[in-house]
Amino acid sequence: MSAREKFYWLMGGVLILLVIASLLGAVLRVRASSAAGRAVVENLVSRVRAWWVMVAIFAVAFLAGPIATLVLFGWMSFFALREFVTLSPSRPADHVPLFLSFFVLIPLQYALIGYDWYGLFAILIPVYAFLVLPAIAALAGDPGDYLERTAKIQWAIMVTVYCVSHTPALLLLHIPGYQGQDALLIFFLLLVTQLSDVLQYVFGKLFGRTRLAPNVSPSKTLEGLIGGGLAATAIGGAMYWITPFTPLEALGMSFVIVVMGFLGGLTLSAVKRSLGVKDWGAMIEGHGGMLDRVDSLSFAAPIFFHLTRYFF
Amino acid sequence: MKPLAAVLCGVMRTLVGAHAHWQQPPSSAPSIYFANHTSHMDTLAIWAALGPRLRAHTRPVAARDYWDRGALRRHVARQVLNVVFIERHRQDRQDDPLAPLARALEEGSSLILFPEGTRGSGPLPAAFRSGLYNLAMRFPDVRLVPVYLENMHRSMPKGTFVPIPIVCTVRFGAPLARIAEETREAFLERARAAVVALA
Repeated sequence: MSAREKFYWLMGGVLILLVIASLLGAVLRVRASSAAGRAVVENLVSRVRAWWVMVAIFAVAFLAGPIATLVLFGWMSFFALREFVTLSPSRPADHVPLFLSFFVLIPLQYALIGYDWYGLFAILIPVYAFLVLPAIAALAGDPGDYLERTAKIQWAIMVTVYCVSHTPALLLLHIPGYQGQDALLIFFLLLVTQLSDVLQYVFGKLFGRTRLAPNVSPSKTLEGLIGGGLAATAIGGAMYWITPFTPLEALGMSFVIVVMGFLGGLTLSAVKRSLGVKDWGAMIEGHGGMLDRVDSLSFAAPIFFHLTRYFF
Repeated sequence: MKPLAAVLCGVMRTLVGAHAHWQQPPSSAPSIYFANHTSHMDTLAIWAALGPRLRAHTRPVAARDYWDRGALRRHVARQVLNVVFIERHRQDRQDDPLAPLARALEEGSSLILFPEGTRGSGPLPAAFRSGLYNLAMRFPDVRLVPVYLENMHRSMPKGTFVPIPIVCTVRFGAPLARIAEETREAFLERARAAVVALA
């Protein structure tokens, strides 16, 4: 099967899932009786509606080619960073470092993928941004909360730019026997992280009893994690035919993605709560902000990227 | 919408969101939207937040010494925003400085006004100048809508020339009640407090 054919099969599967979810939402809407139940169903319906839009945007970007994919992820980083910066207190002395983060680092980080320059891609933010941006802030001469401010900016660009950019960075890999199909690996990663999020939510709502971290992320339950995580791992394993992996390897990779995705959601929930909010923003209907949608991806992408790069 | 207007709105949405948050349902009755003033983008942010229907008959009040300068800025001010120019400096004035504003209100337009007269450096407004009071006295039926621009001082602090992307919500409060026989000082302080209350 060619990459294009695999892509169409995948999209077919995703569309069937979306149709089922939409029908389920319509049925639940009729059956919900309590006020709390209706609120849950309304949130579910708007989440599904947002999924239609997100899937459509990704499908168009994939069909349009690698540059469109890079641009799309660049904008995702842009909006995620905007949410992070909005919630982190900044001072006028941070103006230049923040400006450079948005308008130089983001385009550069994604352009390096386009130019196939892995060496610089890997150290641009952890080394150069880490050293240069605080130096510029120091030159602005305002020591008030200096460490807090610079640490928050570094955290913000690490998560929203560096980590997220490892998803389209899969295009950098040159796996023998898998030429021209790297975009499918992006799809694999997105499918497993997002299904894991959705299934953990569904299993948690249905069977959730034991809260894992009530103060950090009240909606995460042990039952949701195990049920949703195992289901997402199994689906990922069954998708081995779009990857360069054997079924067993695909299962292992999916497991790693699920675990890292869970840790990403948990960690960024802790960050969010330490900044005093419940959602990162209100950009994506029913889901919250951009960062609420890519939190798990930001942790899963770099690890999945490195494992694939090292072993395949 | 004119192409340039669509571009400006798109830029504002991308940079600062500039989404409106209305405490009371918006009305197309003649209104003066008065807001705290912290950045060069404030006029555009309120203008974008108003939405196409209210925008069509709302005219920002703009200082001539800033907005009537440079080809692009002048084009935006005159052709896109349809601003009402005001002379900030006494020596440039011929007659009543509020006359162009009064004329716009008489024609049924709404106004966007920054009663401090200049940008402040913090989020909360400084004392209001008396222009708002004089207009309010002359037009007792115009709705006086307080507006609070959140975060704009962080997106483009005083002394910087490029904005950074930060979500800025534009909060529209309930119209100011009219109190008979209120002194100028009391009115201006009440108006300022109404903006501060939205912060």
